[in-house]
Amino acid sequence: MDRNQCARTGKVLQAAGLAAMRGERLVFSQIGFTVPRGGALLLEGPNGSGKSTLLRVLAGLGRAEVGSLTWNGEDVLSDRTAHAARVAYLGHQDAVKPGLGVAENLAFWGDAAAVARALERMGLQRLAELPARMLSAGQRRRLALARLALSAAPLWLLDEPTLGLDTASVGGLGGLLADHRAGGGVVVAATHLPLPLPGADRLRMAA
Amino acid sequence: MSRLRALLARELRLSLRHGSDSLAAVLFFLLAGALFPLAIGPAPETLGRIAPGIVWVCALLAALLPLDRLFGADHEDGSLDLLLLSGLPAAGVALGKAVSHWLVTGVPLLLAAGPLAVMLRMPDEAIPALLLGLLPGTAVLSLFGTLGAAMVLGARRGGVLLPLLVLPLAAPVLIFGVAAADAASVGLAARPHLLLLSALFAAALPLCPLAAGAALRGAVE
Repeated sequence: MDRNQCARTGKVLQAAGLAAMRGERLVFSQIGFTVPRGGALLLEGPNGSGKSTLLRVLAGLGRAEVGSLTWNGEDVLSDRTAHAARVAYLGHQDAVKPGLGVAENLAFWGDAAAVARALERMGLQRLAELPARMLSAGQRRRLALARLALSAAPLWLLDEPTLGLDTASVGGLGGLLADHRAGGGVVVAATHLPLPLPGADRLRMAA
Repeated sequence: MSRLRALLARELRLSLRHGSDSLAAVLFFLLAGALFPLAIGPAPETLGRIAPGIVWVCALLAALLPLDRLFGADHEDGSLDLLLLSGLPAAGVALGKAVSHWLVTGVPLLLAAGPLAVMLRMPDEAIPALLLGLLPGTAVLSLFGTLGAAMVLGARRGGVLLPLLVLPLAAPVLIFGVAAADAASVGLAARPHLLLLSALFAAALPLCPLAAGAALRGAVE
């Protein structure tokens, strides 16, 4: 599908026939979906059904054995460095450095003003100077989400984003996701918990 | 380029905050060097004769010390995934790591090498050649070390594998580095050896980050 066709149908992220291996084991196969501009896709399925693996393939971190994946008609799998600029990825792990302060943890990802805004957004502004090792698990998750808020990338890939979050923070995440989608961004999330993603498509993955 | 600078700033801030990496490498370097006079006796002629070799071998081993954590910590906590998605090519991430390893370990070793050489009674005329050789030498060690660290990433017992991979690669650096200082101490020209060391550096500078970048991609897959 070329670029004009994509613009007309409004589908930015398209996958067809994706399959991935983990070691010797086939994790999933024949995965196909399309997500429109401003759309969201929820990956559902039991543990081990390959949700995280699929997210890593979409991020260009993992490798798909077969299948095609395009963003606005451009092949993703052939130029992963270019694809990286479009992706903000939130994995299982929070990637928080305990030795650095809360604001310092984000310094690589944006300038000071943007970092302050992102921290405020996730309700961490009062903890900005604290060493990150003092944070609770939920606060570390919020710090990882604040990193997401800093990103200007159009494709957000979230692996269990609400893990350990309290109700208020889930609401904050909902606002973040809504703003991102209103700006034309795309969200793909794997989760077992209800996510604040109204109108999201669902992709059921079999174990 | 600005991403590379930001990566360097991040790495330096992390090592400053932990602080122990540079200190451990330099202390190991000085202590290991100080063991030689105790082991082979303090006679200046023997000690001065083998001093370049001692300094180089100790620098090589000390540079290996922090390699285990170079990518290890980032791999474990998920930061490596994000670095590879930060807009830098994988080779750029590897280059940033190599430069930070050199700044955090190579430069302190370079500064400590002079005092150690004097302590070992190295002939005065050999010391400039030793330090001039260590300048590209430590940089090459950082590049080879980054390559090795990226390759063993994710492997079980990678820490054991790492010296086995890096030490054979480092043999030419050791040979030319010691030869430069030896040549200077007997009044011969050190220049050819230093040029060969610089050539090694010129070859390793583009090649090691490329190979290490490919290894990093493989490690996160």
